[in-house]
Amino acid sequence: MGLKRRLGAGRWAIHVAGLLSFIWLAAAAIQNQLGPDPIKQLALLTGDRGFQFLLFSLAISPLARMVSAPLLIQWRRPAGLWAFYFLCLHLLVFAQGYIGWSWALLVEELIERPYISVGALAWLMLVPLALTSTRLARRKLGRRWGVLHRLVFVVAALGCVHLLWQVRADWINAGLYTLICVLIVGSRYRNASWFLKAN
Amino acid sequence: MTKQFTDPTLCSSDITPESSYLNRRQFMKSAVAGSSALLAAQPLVSKASDFVGVDTFMSAEESGWALQAPDVLTPFTDVSGYNNFYEFGMDKSDPARYASAMTLDPWSIRISSDGGETADIQFEDLLRAMDLQERIYRLRCVEAWSMVIPWNGFPLAELLRWLNPEGSYRFVQFRTRYTRSEMRGTRSFSSVIDWPYQEALRMDEAMNALSFIAVGLYGKSLPAQNGAPLRLVVPWKYGFKSIKSIASIHFTNRQPQTSWQSIAPHEYGFYANVNPEVDHPRWSQRYERRLPSSLFSPNRIPTRIFNGYGEYVADLYKDLDLRQYY
Repeated sequence: MGLKRRLGAGRWAIHVAGLLSFIWLAAAAIQNQLGPDPIKQLALLTGDRGFQFLLFSLAISPLARMVSAPLLIQWRRPAGLWAFYFLCLHLLVFAQGYIGWSWALLVEELIERPYISVGALAWLMLVPLALTSTRLARRKLGRRWGVLHRLVFVVAALGCVHLLWQVRADWINAGLYTLICVLIVGSRYRNASWFLKAN
Repeated sequence: MTKQFTDPTLCSSDITPESSYLNRRQFMKSAVAGSSALLAAQPLVSKASDFVGVDTFMSAEESGWALQAPDVLTPFTDVSGYNNFYEFGMDKSDPARYASAMTLDPWSIRISSDGGETADIQFEDLLRAMDLQERIYRLRCVEAWSMVIPWNGFPLAELLRWLNPEGSYRFVQFRTRYTRSEMRGTRSFSSVIDWPYQEALRMDEAMNALSFIAVGLYGKSLPAQNGAPLRLVVPWKYGFKSIKSIASIHFTNRQPQTSWQSIAPHEYGFYANVNPEVDHPRWSQRYERRLPSSLFSPNRIPTRIFNGYGEYVADLYKDLDLRQYY
């Protein structure tokens, strides 16, 4: 039982993972190790890492229940925040490399390419979640905090749509992400009453 | 078809094999060095010096297709290390890693037509019949990146004249080699491409002076990942039209289906002319990243209609609505 009681401190491991992941990415970019088209690579890598952290944050509650370790719940916030951080980078890479900070091109992209608008919408929904991730916000919002933060399921679904919409010659990548997302979210519904209480 | 396909006095074994032909300088070098490491698998990052030189060729300046300012040549390592050749995998670095599994020698090309004629020609026979020249072309990928590449080869028109099919045909269709055992990408269960890869040109496009068959780049024989031993280069069209590792050529009067067109007809048309005004549901075609690019200087430049080759090819499409026939 001692281990399970100390699990809460494990959230620092998430911060270390996020930080190392970012350092690796930044170092590879600065040292020109991402090939001749680093912008595309960075867009892919930041998007991947962001979505991975998001899926991980979604997996924590069912995992905590499965191993009866409620303190694991403390891992959700850092995982969610790192997801938001990498998806912000994803957006910055897009702005810098794909549209050159042009509003006109942004509007054109959003209108002409629905997979981009879906991704943008998902990012927008993450903003209020990141802003209300503090203890203070959680206390102030009370019951509404839980309701608001269920938006993360919508974000995950939009993320899957964002990937599936881009499938071209091979569906394995988008297919695996979607499958994992469905499995994680689906695992909650084996015991819906526990899920409601935990929130 | 003509006698050229089957010259009874010569069989292909009488002729210098393609590999010795392309390898002869290297052969002399290695004979001197006493090295037999020549046949070792290609390293992950290839240098131009790893490849054997092509036969003497007319320089780009002489051929009239020199580098045009402000274009800058894309380095050999990028040209040969960043490829779309899905037969060898989806990642841009997969072809450089795995294309060496493809058997390049012997390489025969099946020539056929709607009229029912069929012939197999050997690549080395074809190469012997052609005068090589260098041409520096821009290559614009539909994924919105681009390169500038010095190709070695001959005009497609020369090849078609040499093949000299009986009768006249409106289209010429190409297929890429498809060898499941050598092409790991074709064994992927999640791929939606119906192999072999196919492309086609209208005959007047094929006979246009720009249309080119490359057998080398940077003065060296084509690296496998770039479509060895011979590939099409049609620089006013998106890169996927420039079919690699050609295994068959078919003359036909019916407009052939192309691979990408049959996968996603609303995204990829038969013509696939570079056109910044025609939307694509995945990538904006207004700009391109000229490679190599970097995060802080993306080298993002506006894309030009027909990839800047309008003066040579715009006439081909004067009666065509390019929005409808993209």
